[in-house]
Amino acid sequence: MSDNTITVRFFARLREELKTDQLAVDARPGLTAGDVLAELASQGGPWSQLQGDQPVMIAINQAMAKPGSEIKAGDELAFFPPVTGG
Amino acid sequence: MISVQSEDFDVATEYAALRDNGAGTGAIATFTGLVRDSGDLQGVTGLYLEHYPRMTEQVIQGLLDEASKRWDVRKVRVIHRVGRLALCDQIVFVGVCSAHRGDAFAACEFIMDALKTSAPFWKKEITSDGEHWVEQKESDLARSGDWK
Repeated sequence: MSDNTITVRFFARLREELKTDQLAVDARPGLTAGDVLAELASQGGPWSQLQGDQPVMIAINQAMAKPGSEIKAGDELAFFPPVTGG
Repeated sequence: MISVQSEDFDVATEYAALRDNGAGTGAIATFTGLVRDSGDLQGVTGLYLEHYPRMTEQVIQGLLDEASKRWDVRKVRVIHRVGRLALCDQIVFVGVCSAHRGDAFAACEFIMDALKTSAPFWKKEITSDGEHWVEQKESDLARSGDWK
């Protein structure tokens, strides 16, 4: 993985339905979590659900974030369904 | 102390560790969550629990810090299991030591309610007909929101 990438992780139902637990995207100035979500969703198929009816939670470097949160090279971005532990 | 683990835990051992906390502790409240046979689906035979390593511990630590600001918390213990669990297995333990019962009850309930809606764990119910990722409950969100 080069220095200019962002790691994107998926958990639970999203991980299973996307058949992906992790991928890398190139960083660029001003890139937000919402941009990555939209670009992945535009691939269609199961990826569309990233912008579907069901909420998708966002974390950056293991802390909750929002679609407008900016991400930079080396960050770990994660998308997952609402949590259901306890 | 926070543990996320696949292994089971022993409540008596955890209680003894909480109790060993000096004469200022006048109350210990504990909660244990178990796998039951009906959730989103009927006829549940087990659960699979997934989590986001590191974020889980960080979120729970934030909840413990918040609890310590709001109540008298002398010692606290949280254990959450992950992986495959069978019916009646223990899932989660929260134990809180305090000077008085009101703070112990409140902090224990707050930690449990907030954990359910903010710590990155996901439950999948397993039945004889298949598997189903559990949906977040409005009632859980409401309970967690009540503490704000």
